[in-house]
Amino acid sequence: MALILFMARRLFYAAILVIGVLILSFLLIRLAPGDPVDTLAGQMGGMTEEIRAGLRSEYGLDQPTLVQLGIYLERFATGNLGYSYFFNLPVLSLILQRLPATLLLVLTALVLAVVSGTILGVLASRRPNGLLSQAITVVSVIGYSAPVFWTGMLLIILFASVLPILPVSGMTAAAVSGGWLLDSLDVAHHLVLPALSLAVVYLAQYSRLTRASMLDVLGSDYVRTARAKGLEERKVFFKHAFRNAMLPIITIVGLQFGNLLAGAIVVETVFNWPGLGRLAFDSVLRRDYPTLLGLLFFSSLLVIVANQLVDVCYRLADPRIKAS
Amino acid sequence: MRRAIAAFITTLALAAAATASAQEPRRGGTLVMGQSTGTTSFNNAVGSGTGIMVPGAQIFASPVMHDDKWNPKPYLAESWELSPDSLSMTLHLRKDAVFHDGKPVTSEDVAFSILTIRDNHPFNTMLAPVERVDTPDAATAIIRLKHPHPALLYAMGPPLMPILPKHIYGDGRPIKTHPNNTRDVVGSGPFKLVEFKPGDQIVLERFDRFFIKDRPYLDRIILKTYPDSQTSILELEAGRLLLQPFFNRVLELDRAKTNPQLVITNEGYAAVGGINWLLFNNKRKPFDDVRVRQAFAYAIDRDFIVKALHKGLSKVATGPIHSGFPQYSADVTRYSLNLKKAEELLDAAGLKKGPDGIRLKVTCDYYPGDEDGQKRLAEYMKPALKKIGIEVEVRAPADFAAWAKRMATKDFDISMDAAFAWGDPVIGVNRTYLSTNIRPLVFTNNAQYENPKVDELLGAAGREPDAAKRKALYGEFQKIVTADLPLFWLTELPYHTIYNKRVHNPPTTIWGTASPMLDVWLSEK
Repeated sequence: MALILFMARRLFYAAILVIGVLILSFLLIRLAPGDPVDTLAGQMGGMTEEIRAGLRSEYGLDQPTLVQLGIYLERFATGNLGYSYFFNLPVLSLILQRLPATLLLVLTALVLAVVSGTILGVLASRRPNGLLSQAITVVSVIGYSAPVFWTGMLLIILFASVLPILPVSGMTAAAVSGGWLLDSLDVAHHLVLPALSLAVVYLAQYSRLTRASMLDVLGSDYVRTARAKGLEERKVFFKHAFRNAMLPIITIVGLQFGNLLAGAIVVETVFNWPGLGRLAFDSVLRRDYPTLLGLLFFSSLLVIVANQLVDVCYRLADPRIKAS
Repeated sequence: MRRAIAAFITTLALAAAATASAQEPRRGGTLVMGQSTGTTSFNNAVGSGTGIMVPGAQIFASPVMHDDKWNPKPYLAESWELSPDSLSMTLHLRKDAVFHDGKPVTSEDVAFSILTIRDNHPFNTMLAPVERVDTPDAATAIIRLKHPHPALLYAMGPPLMPILPKHIYGDGRPIKTHPNNTRDVVGSGPFKLVEFKPGDQIVLERFDRFFIKDRPYLDRIILKTYPDSQTSILELEAGRLLLQPFFNRVLELDRAKTNPQLVITNEGYAAVGGINWLLFNNKRKPFDDVRVRQAFAYAIDRDFIVKALHKGLSKVATGPIHSGFPQYSADVTRYSLNLKKAEELLDAAGLKKGPDGIRLKVTCDYYPGDEDGQKRLAEYMKPALKKIGIEVEVRAPADFAAWAKRMATKDFDISMDAAFAWGDPVIGVNRTYLSTNIRPLVFTNNAQYENPKVDELLGAAGREPDAAKRKALYGEFQKIVTADLPLFWLTELPYHTIYNKRVHNPPTTIWGTASPMLDVWLSEK
């Protein structure tokens, strides 16, 4: 019951947050110089004034900004995200077509980063001054400092010319479907490099965090007590220490989900991955307002859902939170 | 021994047969093509740009096609004739052509399409003189013109005149946002649309009831979007991408040259006729003075641009019309590097050197997206013009929209610019020079050039049915404009097609890949 009430309250705040995000983005986008119809004219290699005026009025761009905002929110309330200026397709269908690609990329990277980051961190914490720990620290610092696009480009160079075994562009090979198994293998093959370059930064972060957190917990009183009780070291390490050390990691994962989506924009652009990130990038350049707003709406939704999930995980990992 | 000889002969015969069959066109296969700008619509009756025209020309058939020598060839129209007064063009259509949904292509569809294009296409001069289209019977369409319009023959080609099914697009819904522009597209061309993932890939499949027997050879065309030229080259080298048209990155082209599996060609862009230039704001001082504009021209070394910056892959543009066009004239005012003359002209115009050696400070814009044709040339202006005491500040635009706004509001001193001619000067050249086309929009007369004589010549040439007389009128136009120099032409754009050796008969007609790929076929190796 308490959980349901808690969730309901969070959802209410989330709704207010989403509307705030929408209004702010709507106003911010319009600060950029140039307008979508001029970009369309450029792509078409010219346009007449009549066509331009017609398109502007069709898109409602001839109205004052606040009126446009009102119209947008009114439509939004009825679940209508509008039409993309460029594709003449409903924004919703455009986004839903791209959403799976981004989710696949981001979640793979996240799982990869969390799992291997924690394992490395735990390994490093066992002998904090050992060679392995030092090596992990060095690799983490490098991984953490390298920008995502740079890592991506290096991977492309490596796997495009030196060792051409992994595809460096797109999500599928340009071919017809060969059944679901072959298709999934094909997607997995294409997923390796983008997921890896997105994961590297977070992997480094999580391993450092886990190491620090483990060292902190291992020095605490209850671990000393557990050891004094004569519990075997493995049990102390994983059951008593690790479970508590997990809490800060869960927090950071939740906080960083938004960053991960932002990182996806870069990775998708570098690897030509057909997801929401690239669509967002292209939409900014084209001033495709409806698509961009739709995307911002979906990203804020994803971040909110991720945070809710983290809260639930938190409660599962630490029973004390449930009590308070 | 005899057996050995027999085996030898057999082997020879087999080898000969194998070579022979390697030259024979082969049915089947999937052509993977790259594109840099994503497709937003397939309906090239209401939109232009390579992202629409290339797939559009595969899906829709047009009244005529053109070969690589600018000759019209029968396509949906078996034959055509122009009346002696040049005011009506009669098209005799094939009777066996059907749309992808099985309905026959009739003169009704032709009439509907021509009027739709006239009223909606961004190139409004293309069919503006069309008054009406008569349809005496299902296989005859007569285009009635207000005045002679020789550009019509090129406006009837594949990228510009798709024949739309009236029973689908004539349902009263607004044509520009018609749902069938992107989904369930129905044309009568050699390929039909089976999958469209915006910004990612397009799958086109052979239309088995296509009206030309045994064509196309290919089973399928897949168009993949690669926004980054680096990626297209990697995919070409890996053999996953087989043909990349409209490629203009010099470094990558140079690199592709050395790959034994790849071929590069600049054929197939004649009618596109792309030229880039340095735009002067003729309404802003000191560019209202022709001597200043000419001084700039004498200080810019176009041979250096072509040889060093473009590695010999482009060609100096001598005037407003691309040298591949029938109307091109070489008899124009030429400008070659002459710094002394440039300085004299500036002195005469009253732009004396200051104590710091600077005569004038200007800003130079360019549009993003074309690295070699725009950005690097804008950057080149800085050292080149420094030599005659002009300090250039390159104003990098954030993106295309930002540049477009500067052009529309005429907020610039000088800027790089470019345009395509699309088959006839009336369609793509006039707009840059007609005083009536000074508008708050990109790709119009943004130099704000006004010369009544030029307006008159372009008007007359647009209506002149006699090819020789027409050429003479355009010749005079080119002479005047190169002397007035409202803008300074730099190079013909280095557009190339890169393709794998497996691709045979690559599209090299005047429209290149923006015409149906009927004869393209793939070999195993």
